[in-house]
Amino acid sequence: MSLADLQPGALAVIEALHLAETDAHRLMILGFIPDTTVGCAGRSPLGDPVIYRIDGSEVALRRETARHIAIRIESPPAG
Amino acid sequence: MAAATTTSSRRVVALCGPPNVGKSTLFNQLTGLRQKVANYPGVTVEKKIGGMKLCSGEEIDLVDLPGACSLDPQSEDERIAVEVLSGRNATVAKPAAAILMLDSTNLARHLSHAPGVLELGIPTLVVLNMADELASRGGAVSAAAVAAEIGAPTATVSARRGGGMDEVRKFIEGAVVPPKPVQLPVLQDVPAVRKWAGGVAQRCGYAAPGPPQWSRRLDRIFLHPLAGPLIFLAVVLAVFQSIFTLAVPLMDGVDAAIATSGAWLGAVLPETAFKGLLIDGVWGGVGSVIVFLPQILILFLFIGILEDSGYLARAAVIADRSMRLVGLQGKSFIPLLSAYACAVPAIMAVRTIENKRDRMATLLVAPLMTCSARLPVYALLIAAFVPERPLLGPLFGTRAAVLLGLYAVGFAAAVLTAWLLKSTILRSVSTPFMLELPPYRLPTLRSLAYRLIDRSKIFLRRAGTVILATTIVLWVLAGLPRENGEPPEIADSYAGSIGKAIEPVIEPLGFNWKIGIGLITSLAAREVIIGTLGTIYGMEADEDSVELQAVLRSELSFGASIALMMFFAFALQCMSTVAIVRRETGGWKWPAVQFLYMAFLAYAAAWIAYQWFD
Ligand SMILES: Nc1nc2c(ncn2[C@@H]2O[C@H](COP(=O)(O)OP(=O)(O)OP(=O)(O)O)[C@@H](O)[C@H]2O)c(=O)[nH]1
Ligand SMILES: [Mg+2]
Repeated sequence: MSLADLQPGALAVIEALHLAETDAHRLMILGFIPDTTVGCAGRSPLGDPVIYRIDGSEVALRRETARHIAIRIESPPAG
Repeated sequence: MAAATTTSSRRVVALCGPPNVGKSTLFNQLTGLRQKVANYPGVTVEKKIGGMKLCSGEEIDLVDLPGACSLDPQSEDERIAVEVLSGRNATVAKPAAAILMLDSTNLARHLSHAPGVLELGIPTLVVLNMADELASRGGAVSAAAVAAEIGAPTATVSARRGGGMDEVRKFIEGAVVPPKPVQLPVLQDVPAVRKWAGGVAQRCGYAAPGPPQWSRRLDRIFLHPLAGPLIFLAVVLAVFQSIFTLAVPLMDGVDAAIATSGAWLGAVLPETAFKGLLIDGVWGGVGSVIVFLPQILILFLFIGILEDSGYLARAAVIADRSMRLVGLQGKSFIPLLSAYACAVPAIMAVRTIENKRDRMATLLVAPLMTCSARLPVYALLIAAFVPERPLLGPLFGTRAAVLLGLYAVGFAAAVLTAWLLKSTILRSVSTPFMLELPPYRLPTLRSLAYRLIDRSKIFLRRAGTVILATTIVLWVLAGLPRENGEPPEIADSYAGSIGKAIEPVIEPLGFNWKIGIGLITSLAAREVIIGTLGTIYGMEADEDSVELQAVLRSELSFGASIALMMFFAFALQCMSTVAIVRRETGGWKWPAVQFLYMAFLAYAAAWIAYQWFD
């Protein structure tokens, strides 16, 4: 599963970043580190980018980027 | 005092840290300067030096730096921060001390920025900012405990209210004894550093704050698929309407003040050539521009609320989708939006874009966005040629609609040009869009007031320099050559001959030679055309005060007035922009390309508009 599949309100844990070295590095500095909990906070009105809750802050990513971040689901979508 | 380089005899203290943590707010507190502060990452893009006097009498240079996420810079602004910190900058001496500012509401993650800076070996104070926000959201942190864990002096402050400044001053004066150094984690390994930071936060009993409930509630509204865009549209329409309705009484006031003072001066001054210059040249020319200050301030109030509240970052996220269609990304939207104020800071703000070709494309299209210097020109022409009729009840009328249309035209031209550039010479693989969204913060009256005061100063300074200078040159050229010791008719003057020389070129656009003179002087700055026309007609008219709108109606047809607006929408009539593009791109090639391209667009659009509407 990838981060792009995460529904608003759901939580997951990051497994791996399958991205180019520099992009992965920038994402990790923003908090996208393996074994970290990530939540989907909502989407932009046009559906993309998606806003993720990660390590105490909110970060917007495009789906095309989120697709390369592998996750495992922690809790089912609430509400 | 502000300076471009540090003074060799003074100690340099660098202010660094990740973006949007309040570095510039602290800098302003300590130096008394007014660096731009706003609630989105990437506000500061250039180092800024400010003097600070210590209790001991010693003066030091405090340097505010752009935010940097790591010591391995990804963008131009980060590069500047890293250069200064590591003592590799040509204009700033190697810092004798550093202040690393972190956000205490997200301490665990922010502490991962500490090892990199601490390992530079400069005495460093770690400042945990936003203490007020931490407390109000139910969190707590002990600076002493953090200091012991990371082996560096630490202070909690709330820079916006000025809390904790004494600790910071004490450090700068060298009166803080650093704790025992500790072993820091290996930098390259981000997960390991983060783990270390988490451990530190835990061991020093950091109580993380509760979630920012207000931000979440607001985002549910502003990012709502339907309500979000509708609210935004409604606010924009209201702003454009208020530029015409709300600003009018204020403008009448300014106008009356200028007219009365001009008449008074006219009555008390003896009849000399100097009097003519002062009354017709300065009062007629500069005064006619100053009238537009209230409208510009309304625009800046709106931009200020957008930037200070944190909505701007959301707007960038929403815009990402459309920016993608033209090959850019949401981050390019922030400079483009700030170009509504002025292209010069916008062109500097492109430094935050990591992708080099995206940066170039954004820089090249930024001057097409409707900057505030165009606003007076538009406002004058619209007031003269567009009758006010309600469109959406009393809240939105024809004049506001035309103005909105002009803004839309500029935006469309910018976006299409970006697409053209990104699909030809600036094609590139995209850099992933990632933007951290700050919590919403209530804009303070103080910061909004300062924005308006600073903007008024810039506006009046422009009126007193560029506009005044061109007005004087014009007045001289319009008064020569003298015939029998008398000034000539304007048509026979040097200024008139220049206007007539270019008349054949602009005649197809519906402009006569007088407008031609205005087009030439407005190459210095757009709003100069108003002063120029004010001067020309002021000298022609029999009475002292002329109604510029009425004169314009007699000089321009309706089609020509639309053509003139189109010309101003597209032409690069701004020397400051040309100069900044040259500096940022390091040569004359890009400013030349940009100037010619925009001149071509301006001429073509004006020609089409004239053919169409006349
Ligand atoms: N609540 C609170 N807000 C603060 C405090 N200090 C700064 N801010 C706000 O935080 C935001 C960012 O402040 P800046 O001073 O522009 O931050 P910066 O670190 O210079 O940001 P960049 O230049 O983008 O790196 C602004 O909205 C400030 O008003 C504080 O102590 N408490
Ligand atoms: Mg700053």
